[in-house]
Amino acid sequence: MGELAAFIILAIVTLLPAVVVVTSRNLVRAAMSLIPSFLGVTGLFVLLQAEFVAGIQILIYAGAIAVLILFVIMLTQGGTGTALRQVNEQQLVGGLVAGALTIALLGLLLRTPWPLVGGTLPRSNVAAVGGAFLTNFILAFEISSLVLLVSLVGALVIARREQ
Amino acid sequence: MNWFLEIIKAVLAALAVFTFLAVVGAMLGVYLERKISGWIQSRLGPKHVGPQGLLQTIADTVKLLQKENIVPSNADAITFNVAPLMAVVAALLAWIIIPFGPAFGRVLVVRDINIGLLFFIGMASLIVIAILLGGWSSNNKYALLGGFRSASQMISYEIPLALAVLVPVMMAGTLSTVGIVEAQRGGWWGIGNWFIFGLPGNRGLIVPGFLAFVVFLTAATAEVNRVPFDLPEADSELVAGYFSEYTGMRFALFQLGEYAEAFAMAALTSVLFLGGWHGPGLPGIVWFFIKMFALVFFLIWVRWTYPRLRLDQLLNLSWKGLVPLGFVLVLVTGWLLV
Amino acid sequence: MLLDWLYVAVFAVVGIIMAALPLAVVWLLAPRADYPQKRLTYESGVVPFGQAWAQFNIRYYLFALVFVLFEVEVIYLFPWAVVFREFINRQLGGFVFVEALLFIIILGMGLIYAWRKGALEWV
Repeated sequence: MGELAAFIILAIVTLLPAVVVVTSRNLVRAAMSLIPSFLGVTGLFVLLQAEFVAGIQILIYAGAIAVLILFVIMLTQGGTGTALRQVNEQQLVGGLVAGALTIALLGLLLRTPWPLVGGTLPRSNVAAVGGAFLTNFILAFEISSLVLLVSLVGALVIARREQ
Repeated sequence: MNWFLEIIKAVLAALAVFTFLAVVGAMLGVYLERKISGWIQSRLGPKHVGPQGLLQTIADTVKLLQKENIVPSNADAITFNVAPLMAVVAALLAWIIIPFGPAFGRVLVVRDINIGLLFFIGMASLIVIAILLGGWSSNNKYALLGGFRSASQMISYEIPLALAVLVPVMMAGTLSTVGIVEAQRGGWWGIGNWFIFGLPGNRGLIVPGFLAFVVFLTAATAEVNRVPFDLPEADSELVAGYFSEYTGMRFALFQLGEYAEAFAMAALTSVLFLGGWHGPGLPGIVWFFIKMFALVFFLIWVRWTYPRLRLDQLLNLSWKGLVPLGFVLVLVTGWLLV
Repeated sequence: MLLDWLYVAVFAVVGIIMAALPLAVVWLLAPRADYPQKRLTYESGVVPFGQAWAQFNIRYYLFALVFVLFEVEVIYLFPWAVVFREFINRQLGGFVFVEALLFIIILGMGLIYAWRKGALEWV
C-alpha cells in the first residue's frame, strides 16, 4: 500500500513538471521543470529496486544534462525568460496523432503477457552491475567508451563550426 | 513494516540534522571562520555579543530576519525563491550518509544508503543548479555572469572529486560510507589503516592514497566556492557574484547551504581518507568531530594563505591538471592492488 | 533499501519546509517601505541599462558538454571500482585492470582531443 502511494506521488512529481516543460512559453521555466521530473524518475527507479540507476539518474540527468540545457537556454534569446510565441498551426493534427499513439501504446502494453521472472535480487546493486560489466557485457563496456569518444568529438566539431 | 512510524522517525531525524547544521555548521562555522580569520590577521574577531563573541551569529541571524524582503523588479519570482531553498535542501540531503561514529552499539548515521557516495556527489551536482538559477533569476548582468562562472567552476571540479572518491572505493570495495570507514578499522594505534596511508598489506598505496586525498580536498574547496576558488563570489570583483541581488534571509539561506556543504565535504574527507571515527583512545564520535573541525580549520587557514585563482587558471588546474591526475591515480591504484 | 530512500524523500520535504520557515518569518516581521528605486537591479550605483543576458559565448557550452561526457565516463568506472577487489580474489585482477585501462585510454584520447582543439580554453 505504501508503495502504491509512493508510486502515485512520484508519478505526479514526474508528469506534472513534464507537462510544464512541454507547454510553457517561458523557456527557462520549462528547463527548470525538467529537474523535478528527473528526480521523480529517480524515485521510480528506486521503487524498481534499481538503486545504482537511480544514483546515476540524479548525477547525470539532474546534475549534468539539466545544467547543460540550462546553460544553453540562458545563453540564447530565450534566456531572458520572455514568453515565446507559439507558431504551430497543426495543433489539431498533432493532438490526434498523439492520442492515437497513446491508445496504440496502451493497448500494446496491456495485452503483452509480461513474463515474471522470479529470483532474489543481488545483495549489492552496484556490485552486480560491475560484475556484469566486466564479465558478460565487457564488449558493451568497451564499445560504450568508443561511443562516448565519438559523441565528444562530434559535439566539439559541431560546436566549433558554429563559431 | 510500519510506514507511518518510519516517516515520523525520518521527520525527527531531518529536524535533528537541520538543527545540527544550523547550529554547528552555520553558527559555529561562521563564528569560527571570523575568529580564526581574525587570529590569522592579528586582530580579534567578534568579542562583544555573548561570552567571547559566541552569540555573534545569533545576533546576525536575528538581524537578517527583520531585513526588508526585496525582490528586484523583473526578477523571476518563483526561481528567485526556489534557488536558495534548493541549495539548502541539497546540502541537507548530503548529510544523510555521513556516519558520526559508534553510539549505543550501532553506527550513528541517518541512513547508510548502499550507493552513499554516488548519492553525495549527486547532491553536490544539484547545488550547481541552485546557483545557476540564483544567478539567472536576479535579472542582473553581474549576477548572471557570476552564476555562470560559478557553475562552470563547480562542474569542472566535480570530475576530479568523483575520481578521487574512486580510490578509497577501490580500496574498500563498497560505496557505502559506513563500509568504507569499517574497512579502515584496526591498524597501528587506530591510525595505521587509514586509506590515506594505503592498505596494510600494500603500503605502496600510500602514494595514490595521499594524492587522492589532496585532489579530493582541492576539488571539495572548489565545490564550495572557497578561496582560492571563490572567484564567483569574489568580494572585491563581482560585488558578490550570483549573490548580488539576494538580501536578508535568502542570502542567509545560501550561506547556510554553503557552510553545510563545506562541513559535509570535510566530514566526507575524513570518512574516505582519515578513518572516519577510528582513532586511538577517545570515543569514535569525538574523533569524528575532531577530524571534521581540523579540516574546516584547514580550509579557513587556506583561505587566508593563498591568493585567489583567476577563472581560467582555475579551470586549467581542473581539466589539465586534476582530471588527468585523477585518472592516473585510479589506474595506479588498480595496478598496485593487482 | 526502500526505507533509505523514504528517508531521502522525507528529508527533502522537511528541508524545504524548514528553509521556507525563515522566509515566512521575514514576510511577517520585516518592514515594508517599498518604492521603485529600491527594486532596481544593482550595477554599482549606475543606472542599469540593457537586457540582462550575457552575450552568447560558446565556451560555457563547451565546458558543460565536456563535463557531461566525462561525468558519464566516471560513472562507468564506479561499478568497476566496487568489484575490483572481488575480481582480484578470483584471480581475474589483471584482466579487469586491462579492461579499465582500455576504457580510460580511449577517453583520455577524447580529453587530449578537446585540449588540442581548444575546447578547454577560457579565452
